[in-house]
Amino acid sequence: MDERDGGEKPDSAVVRDALGVGVAVGLSGFAFGVTSAGSGLTLLQTCALSLLVFTGASQFALVGALAAGGNPLTAAAGAFFLGVRNAFYGLRLSQLLALPRAVRPFAAQWVIDETTVVALAQPTRRGARIGFAVTGLSLYVLWNLTTLLGALGAEAIGDTDAWGLDAAGPAVFLALLAPMLKTTVERTVAGVAVLLGLGLLPVLPAGVPVLVAALAAPAVLWAEGRRRGADRDDVQGGDR
Amino acid sequence: MNTWIAIGATALGCYAVKLAGLLVPAGALERPLVKRLAALLPVALLAALTAQQAFADGRALVLDARAAGLAAAAVALVLRAPFLLVVAAAVLVTAGVRAMGGG
Repeated sequence: MDERDGGEKPDSAVVRDALGVGVAVGLSGFAFGVTSAGSGLTLLQTCALSLLVFTGASQFALVGALAAGGNPLTAAAGAFFLGVRNAFYGLRLSQLLALPRAVRPFAAQWVIDETTVVALAQPTRRGARIGFAVTGLSLYVLWNLTTLLGALGAEAIGDTDAWGLDAAGPAVFLALLAPMLKTTVERTVAGVAVLLGLGLLPVLPAGVPVLVAALAAPAVLWAEGRRRGADRDDVQGGDR
Repeated sequence: MNTWIAIGATALGCYAVKLAGLLVPAGALERPLVKRLAALLPVALLAALTAQQAFADGRALVLDARAAGLAAAAVALVLRAPFLLVVAAAVLVTAGVRAMGGG
């Protein structure tokens, strides 16, 4: 109760923050359930994705790629690359939470954008652990519940496109993308990726253009590195 | 069946990278170039996916009601609307444009 080692933030405040994020984002599982069912996945497939994959952007990407008629492994590759960022969250969290080895396989499923943001915002390890656990639990339970409701709702509605629900997917992606566009480098990467993604669509098999568009990231980094190297070409050989 | 293969592969892959982050010793992925690439990769993927899901019908490029919905989402984001409201704006505007007979 009263062990607050230096941090002024009481446990109840951490729980409140965590629940705020968990509930708000957890409710958007509804959009996923609707989109997934509208893309032609069954109720069981839709729920399996939320239970087992549990990282929103990858789930939306997968059902979008499958709906477009992509090869299953190409579709999975796009979803996988979107999930790679969670490994970097895990790195930060493993130092911060100092979890026992036996707990890590269970905690891993909750290593996502939202739990990381809440855990990193806490001043103490105790706060970070509470924040991670409460955000993870509330988000996991709600996300799966609203996925089920969304999929059931979509089946009841029938033609989801008439209700504009096919616009939910791109809107979700845009909402995730917008806060990342901080500097010119990010905006350039996004612009190049859009051109590649749309330009290659008519000529490459479904799902492949997204993977090619991902190359915008290393390409722009490389170009940026070269420009920097040229700016200070007297510094010893640009390679690191 | 194909769908289940895709679900299985995605679930395994996504769980593996989450767990890897918790198990890999600190410092292994801490090189600046690797971190920078990891931060930019989602930017490229999300941008391409946004564009495709808004402007593609199968393998053809089209301009229909979804474009209006995406524009509404963009406006909502500029106005700092919460996540759910952004998605709702896109859905409502798209449905509205379709109801009026556009795309």
